[in-house]
Amino acid sequence: MPDCAVAKPDMAEYWHKNPERVEAINKYLESQPEAEVILYGEIAEMDFVNAGKGSSDVKNTLKRLGVDPDTLRRIAVAAYEAEINVAAHSRGGKMTSMIFDDMIHIIYEDEGPGIADIEQAMTPGFSTADDLVREMGFGAGQGLPNIKKNADALHIQSEAGCPTTVDIITYFA
Amino acid sequence: MNLCEIVKLLEGEVLTPEVTMDKEVPCAFASDLISDILMCTQEPALLLTGLTNTQVIRLSDMIDLVAIIFVRGKRPSYELIEMAQERNLPLITTNYTLYRSSGILYNAGLRSCKT
Repeated sequence: MPDCAVAKPDMAEYWHKNPERVEAINKYLESQPEAEVILYGEIAEMDFVNAGKGSSDVKNTLKRLGVDPDTLRRIAVAAYEAEINVAAHSRGGKMTSMIFDDMIHIIYEDEGPGIADIEQAMTPGFSTADDLVREMGFGAGQGLPNIKKNADALHIQSEAGCPTTVDIITYFA
Repeated sequence: MNLCEIVKLLEGEVLTPEVTMDKEVPCAFASDLISDILMCTQEPALLLTGLTNTQVIRLSDMIDLVAIIFVRGKRPSYELIEMAQERNLPLITTNYTLYRSSGILYNAGLRSCKT
């Protein structure tokens, strides 16, 4: 198994983009504008007391900014599932939430050990969660499909033995 | 259906005495899987569950839960009850199973939430 301390450019990649938003998403990714607000959150390995706090912060901030309730729920659900994935499956990591006028882009970067087969990880019902994680009600194999369902864009970059990066983009209206 | 009526039907015990129980419950969802709860709760709902870890309260930060019913006589920790009180989220425990509790409420007219 290869081992790498940092993400490499040639790692396996998965993209899902909402067909109605493809143009806007591509334009955003090309121009990389500066965010209005940036929130940072640390996610510790197997810390299920604090896991979810970062997503709560994001939701509360967007609520104050006047984002509508249904969009808020979709963003919170996707953000929470991804945050739990970092706590349950990695050695820990961080989330960076970049908030713009019309959308949010959340980036999750963990410290490995990576996803061996991203397509398989995207299959509803597939899970590598251990017993402890399952006892808490996680590990149903719905996390990544649930993110895909609720976000306008989902990007995963990973490889066995390497860190994983996940991007979630959602437009407000 | 009113929350007080639900407590009576399930012979439940209210765990959050400081939180108002004067709430209308439009629909309900029952599950022990967090992803299923997140995926299937798209409107304000009553949650019936056997999960008693604090992540159940974190869930209520993401989706709109009217109240939580713990089934099979499960009792959450003091820490979890405190988290719920901070959020004005009513907690109820019942000795009935998940299936029985759901059946009683469904028969009494509480609909399933839109999925």
